[in-house]
Amino acid sequence: MIVIVVFMVVLAAFAGWWLSRQGLMAKPWLETGVAGEATGAPPSPRPIEKIGLGAFLAVAGSLFALLVSAYSMRMGLPDWRSLPMPTVLWFSTGLLILSSIALQATVIAARRDELDGIRSGLLAAGVTSLAFLAGQLLAWRELAAAGYFSAGNPAAAFFYLVTAIHGLHMLGGLAVLYRTATRAFDLSAASAPQALGRLRLSVELCATYWHFLLFVWLVLFSLLMRWTDDLIEICRGLLS
Amino acid sequence: MGIAVALALVVVGSVVFHFLSPWWWTPIASNWRYIDDTIIVTFWITGAVFAAVVLFMAYCVFRFRHREGSRAAYEPENKRLEWWLAIGTGVGVAAMLAPGLVVWGQFVTVPADAATVEVVGQQWQWSYRLPGADGKLGATDIAHVSAENPLGLAPNDPHGQDDVIIQGDQLHLELGKPVKMLLRSLDVLHDFYVPEFRAKMDMIPGVVTYYWFTPTRAGTFEALCAELCSTGHSFMRGGVVVESESKRQAWLQQQKTFAQLQPPARAQARN
Amino acid sequence: MADVTHGTLPPLSASETDDVELYHPHSWITRYVFSQDAKIIAIQYSLTALAIGLVALVLSWLMRMQLAFPGLISFIDADHYYQLITMHGMIMVIYLLTALFLGGFGNYLIPLMLGARDMVFPYVNMLSFWIYFLAVLVLVVGFFVPGGPTGAGWTLYPPQAILANTPGQQWGIIVMLVSLMLFIIGFTMGGLNYVVTVLQGRCRGMTLMRMPLTIWGIFTATIMALLAFPALFVGAVMMLLDRLIGTSFFMPAIVAMGEQLAYKGGSPILFQHLFWFFGHPEVYIVALPAFGIVSDLISTHARKNIFGYRMMVWALVAIGALSFVVWAHHMYVSGMHPSFGFFFATTTLIIAIPTAIKVYNWVLTLWRGDIHFTPPMLFALGFIVTFVNGGLTGLFLGNVVVDVPLSDTMFVVAHFHMVMGVAPILVIFGAIYHWYPKITGRMLNDAMAKLHFWVTFLGAYLIFFPMHYIGLMGVPRRYHEMGEMAFVPPSTVTLNAFITIVALIVGAAQLVFVFNLAWSLRKGRPAGGNPWRATTLEWQTPQTPPAHGNWGQSLPVVYRWAYDYSVPGAAQDFLPQNQPPDPQPA
Repeated sequence: MIVIVVFMVVLAAFAGWWLSRQGLMAKPWLETGVAGEATGAPPSPRPIEKIGLGAFLAVAGSLFALLVSAYSMRMGLPDWRSLPMPTVLWFSTGLLILSSIALQATVIAARRDELDGIRSGLLAAGVTSLAFLAGQLLAWRELAAAGYFSAGNPAAAFFYLVTAIHGLHMLGGLAVLYRTATRAFDLSAASAPQALGRLRLSVELCATYWHFLLFVWLVLFSLLMRWTDDLIEICRGLLS
Repeated sequence: MGIAVALALVVVGSVVFHFLSPWWWTPIASNWRYIDDTIIVTFWITGAVFAAVVLFMAYCVFRFRHREGSRAAYEPENKRLEWWLAIGTGVGVAAMLAPGLVVWGQFVTVPADAATVEVVGQQWQWSYRLPGADGKLGATDIAHVSAENPLGLAPNDPHGQDDVIIQGDQLHLELGKPVKMLLRSLDVLHDFYVPEFRAKMDMIPGVVTYYWFTPTRAGTFEALCAELCSTGHSFMRGGVVVESESKRQAWLQQQKTFAQLQPPARAQARN
Repeated sequence: MADVTHGTLPPLSASETDDVELYHPHSWITRYVFSQDAKIIAIQYSLTALAIGLVALVLSWLMRMQLAFPGLISFIDADHYYQLITMHGMIMVIYLLTALFLGGFGNYLIPLMLGARDMVFPYVNMLSFWIYFLAVLVLVVGFFVPGGPTGAGWTLYPPQAILANTPGQQWGIIVMLVSLMLFIIGFTMGGLNYVVTVLQGRCRGMTLMRMPLTIWGIFTATIMALLAFPALFVGAVMMLLDRLIGTSFFMPAIVAMGEQLAYKGGSPILFQHLFWFFGHPEVYIVALPAFGIVSDLISTHARKNIFGYRMMVWALVAIGALSFVVWAHHMYVSGMHPSFGFFFATTTLIIAIPTAIKVYNWVLTLWRGDIHFTPPMLFALGFIVTFVNGGLTGLFLGNVVVDVPLSDTMFVVAHFHMVMGVAPILVIFGAIYHWYPKITGRMLNDAMAKLHFWVTFLGAYLIFFPMHYIGLMGVPRRYHEMGEMAFVPPSTVTLNAFITIVALIVGAAQLVFVFNLAWSLRKGRPAGGNPWRATTLEWQTPQTPPAHGNWGQSLPVVYRWAYDYSVPGAAQDFLPQNQPPDPQPA
């Protein structure tokens, strides 16, 4: 459970930093008057959608941190047998990185209001993401074909579980990406600046979400590849 | 008005109930008197706080009830009062926590001379295993469990052959001798709990847990299951007899070892 | 984030600057059924939660009957008893308390108390309710599937939760887990809304330190719930896989009833960690909104500012943060590594300090107040008594070695019913008596309210205070009958019968409450806009009940904190938050 505790400490540190800017030491009963004279920052100027996405990523992050916690706790038991990781995972990792890069490029294009750049960026991101999911499916089939998909193999069960939950998050993201892309293709250079602004916001949200998915995948991948064993060993040493 | 009286009555009633209640813990039969003492300390501290807070509240409610023309005071905070209250609470908490942690330290540290007894839980009965002449319990595995080998001892572990297996009988313990209870479950969670001993710990399938205590009073005690284990949970009872070593030895002589319990064919093959 | 320069007029909040298009209902269906108005959603949440809560109340009657008069109701055998306790616990904790505090009060009060027109994502808010509703329906379906609902205890501990001897193993457990997962998804949608609304939807002048404590409580609890529920979600998914396709996340090798099962290598204790990583914050998810609401009730009805507002805010935040590092105090006797006991006992008892500060401040608010014995005030006082009582017994159970003899006994049952059953429910009642006039425009009947209070408060105390002593004797919880226990005196049977009779009376008193809710809707005295003469924004709306959009033409502007009661020199004994200060010479 050390992973989730660390995750919570990071969140708490962020919350503490934010709260420290909100004038929590102020004595509100002394501060009657116009809003501006009261201590404490007003709501952030960022759009609510970005704040909403940030909050959602904290929740999803908690979900994945718990999965990683459970996984590493289970790995610590003496009867743990690792799986051979299919090579195709390397390719899907590469595809996900490309996808993230494509979306970052799209954000740059969106900030310059280049509709063509936005469209091709979104397409590239969508195609690489779908290819990533296909790669994950191939890995599933490969392991199943090798006979690892059995009840008595916790490593296999965890592998399927974490990849499935990550993949489901990706599918949810793809639904939003699809909607963003259809909007991008409906617009033209002559469209209202508001519509372009909303498109830019959507693109930025997608990019943030994809970077998050990439980060989560890299953590999961390193865990699956057992690169983090030493780290887990150290954590376990701290606990017992 | 009524509420002020009611609040005071709640405190008085609770205190009276506490002292007059015929329902109180069972007389202790183990060395864990410290646990009882910590509970008593906790009762005094928490009881005092409860009475103080609620009686103060009753007074406020009576004294500052709304009357025609009355007006509340304006007092946003009082830093000193708040800090003193916080510090006082901290002291009270420490007074309960410190003895608790010390006793916990004793609870998890098994003395070196403790005898070993294994308790095995399964739906819905208790079985026991005592080490034989070699003083060691043999290895076990769920995979070995069968009708002839109900506790799953490893058939070829020499330490296990002389282990005494007790099924459908009470567990006999020696008076005044520390005992380490090794807890094992074959199916679901159970918890071997004798209220008079105060100690308990869950048993988890796949893991061996433990606790220890010293029986300090001779007699027969009822053991209950204290962790929900499906339909038969409330019927999962057992018994522990605490007696002098000589009586216990007499009982032990009548029990069968693992080797004796094996079907003759296999026992011979091993000879 | 951009730096803020003080002294100048602050930037407008997002809800003012953006051309937020308020959702407009076009038909009866979109106005009252698939509504996106937080106030309607709040009422939907509350009514659904209260309805399923009444079901859980009836379940508790049945199990109390069994405990006091075993065999009297012949269909309650061990299996049915375990199904009763499981469903009672699950419904009360999650589908009633969590949903009512956050989905009900959160939805109603956050926009109104913060001067917003609505939640920031109204459509998601609507989805949140309907997924919650679906979760409740799935839960109810559990009563009708073959084998009935699960009887694994509300903690659903594996391995027994999915093994053959547990009632509801066939379908009940599956339905339960699916329902929980739906609940969590629905809640997450709502919870994101509440958090972002508090962050971004506040009207001008509503700084964090001017927010009423109700909002602080709901806000903190929502953040905790958002982060804690994923643990239950992960646990539920894994257990569902164990049950359905035979994985072994929580299932070690097992011999059940003489038969070797196919499971191998799982860890039952992993589930306990996941469950309590959710389960302990859950206690505070229920408690913190209650803390916040009761602060406002006491302050308003004692006509005095809440004492030590800053300390109250800090304590809320501290409790919220600490509650994530105490979960394993539910597992002292679970067989986890014993050295954890030292750490978790210490953190658990530390959390008592901020909690105690809150209690002191409530009581000190009464000191030199002008206390009106309105129903909300009575319920608030009842809350303090039961909460202090239950909180103090928590010090027994949190202190690791004291927990050893008491864990899994009726002492635990009495403790958590007092502290997170009775206490928050009393706050819910108080809050309903307090805000019903705003929601409906009419007052609830006072005589019925007082009858309801006296029976509920004294009755609940009579039920749960003596129950501690049954546990102290060593009677374990989750026994469908005590049977013959050598150490239990026969008088305990009488005590159990007494508890059951009081429980039936207290339960019946809730019907008075339900009747009052319905009766006052038509016959109640018209309330006017601000019957309690309260300062917070929800009482300053142009219409009562507030119309769609809450504030008419222009949003309110906040000039002061939420507790300007009995300010010296002021004409009235309260100054609404949106009342500008008197023009003073510079």
